[in-house]
Amino acid sequence: MNSPEIKKTYEEINSKIRKGKAVVVTADEMPAIVKSEGVKKAFEKVDVVTTGTFGVMCSSGAFINFGHTKPKIRASKVWLNDVEAYGGIAAVDCYIGATQVRDNDPLNMVHPGEFSYGGGHVIEDLIAGKPVKLRAKSYGTDCYPLRDYEKTVTITDLRNAFLYNPRNSYQNYNTAINLSKKMIYTYMGILKPDMGNITYSSAGVLSPLLNDPYYWTIGTGTKIFLGGAAGAVTWQGTQHDPSPERDENGMVIGGSGTIAVTGDMKEMSTDFIRGASITGYGCSLMVGLGIPIPILNEELAFFTGLSDSEIRANVIDYGIDYPDGNYRPVKEVTYAELKSGTVEINGRRVPSAPLSSYPKAKKIAGILKDWVEHGFTIGIPQVQIPSIPYNKK
Amino acid sequence: MKSVNVLLIFKKDIMYKPIIYRIARDFDIVFNVLEAKILPKLEGRLILGLKGTDQQLEKTIKYFTDEGVEVQVLADMIIRDEKICVHCGACTAVCRVDALYIDRETMEVRFDADKCVACGLCRMACPVKAMSGNAIDREI
Repeated sequence: MNSPEIKKTYEEINSKIRKGKAVVVTADEMPAIVKSEGVKKAFEKVDVVTTGTFGVMCSSGAFINFGHTKPKIRASKVWLNDVEAYGGIAAVDCYIGATQVRDNDPLNMVHPGEFSYGGGHVIEDLIAGKPVKLRAKSYGTDCYPLRDYEKTVTITDLRNAFLYNPRNSYQNYNTAINLSKKMIYTYMGILKPDMGNITYSSAGVLSPLLNDPYYWTIGTGTKIFLGGAAGAVTWQGTQHDPSPERDENGMVIGGSGTIAVTGDMKEMSTDFIRGASITGYGCSLMVGLGIPIPILNEELAFFTGLSDSEIRANVIDYGIDYPDGNYRPVKEVTYAELKSGTVEINGRRVPSAPLSSYPKAKKIAGILKDWVEHGFTIGIPQVQIPSIPYNKK
Repeated sequence: MKSVNVLLIFKKDIMYKPIIYRIARDFDIVFNVLEAKILPKLEGRLILGLKGTDQQLEKTIKYFTDEGVEVQVLADMIIRDEKICVHCGACTAVCRVDALYIDRETMEVRFDADKCVACGLCRMACPVKAMSGNAIDREI
């Protein structure tokens, strides 16, 4: 149900990549190529289109194995710089979640809270090579007698540090306005009352899953750019939804697809992974991610060739509707409008602001292009991400 | 012509003395009131946008100081750390005076410190703590 028609095979493309002969372009360059040469010629000419995105992505975190201690501990509670990591996995394994806030943080007691340090910052500090205080507690067993352990470590002391993000790279996302009478502090940024501004969080034309809207080329085993290193797609992401509203081209309008991804933190860079403090909301992680899309058929040339003016997103009220759980889009806007700086809603010009970094997204797509040109082959998806049949209206 | 935004603090001993009117009359300054907060018999705070030549501006600031007005040039109050900024744009959603804005060519965030009124909202909006310095609203 989800196998695309393959007119140019993975093997053909990868063989060209190995020889350094593949034609690779970034997703923001593709619309002009398709416009001037047409879909058919663009398909024949281009082998791979690289994408990129950099923004706050909740549902991120890291699996850490800190190595066996002497005497041994079976850690049941673990903290890194006083941020609790989940220890109920194995003796010295834990999972540090990006949104976990440091112990004794005042949270939103004085609203809006600052959330100055959390799991995302621990991940950034580890990648930066900074010393991090590791603390573990146990109840003690015959084979693991130690009950308390404390040591200052850097990433090189850790046996493993794998970024493992259960939901990243949302295919498309709400844009946010505030129709209430007071300023609100949300994960979509600070929203002024009475529709004083609109925020969005997508790289639009460069965004990975918007360039392969039916996930034909993305699945378990797809090799990606993650945080500055080579990583992989492991599975569909949590909340993955292949059947949101789609437009006449088959492009998604709502939130839709997500992916779970992993990569080795020891190879990553803080240029592309950053802890985030979102005033009034909490802590999170900014993730830089890019996917190379092999142009297997003309449809993929068509989709990668869509520009910001042909990709739409819903405007959602975060003042009343969103917190109440009412999904009632106020209108649809294009990424071209959002990126212009003002959007018209109900006859008013509303200033728009991005929350994800387009310059970083562009940089990532560029680096990935360079990698592919120098031998980074396309990972053939072994398990496809759930999709729906492609029907162009 | 140059423009500069200043915060003027009038302590209670001078807060009812007419001072501002002379900057237009005597120094030929074009001024605009950007924000004002007056706590009766306690303190007055005013943010003015001043336009004039270097010499006119210098004379004006000296005049304020001589009259006992505390002057802070707002461009110096909020600082962006270029190494930390990721150019996400979250600050541009809240900047009242478009001192922080997006260059539409590159989509990078630019900071025009001369326009800044040091409200401090950018510091709250920035997810990576690239903005620092003193905001005037928090001091009152």
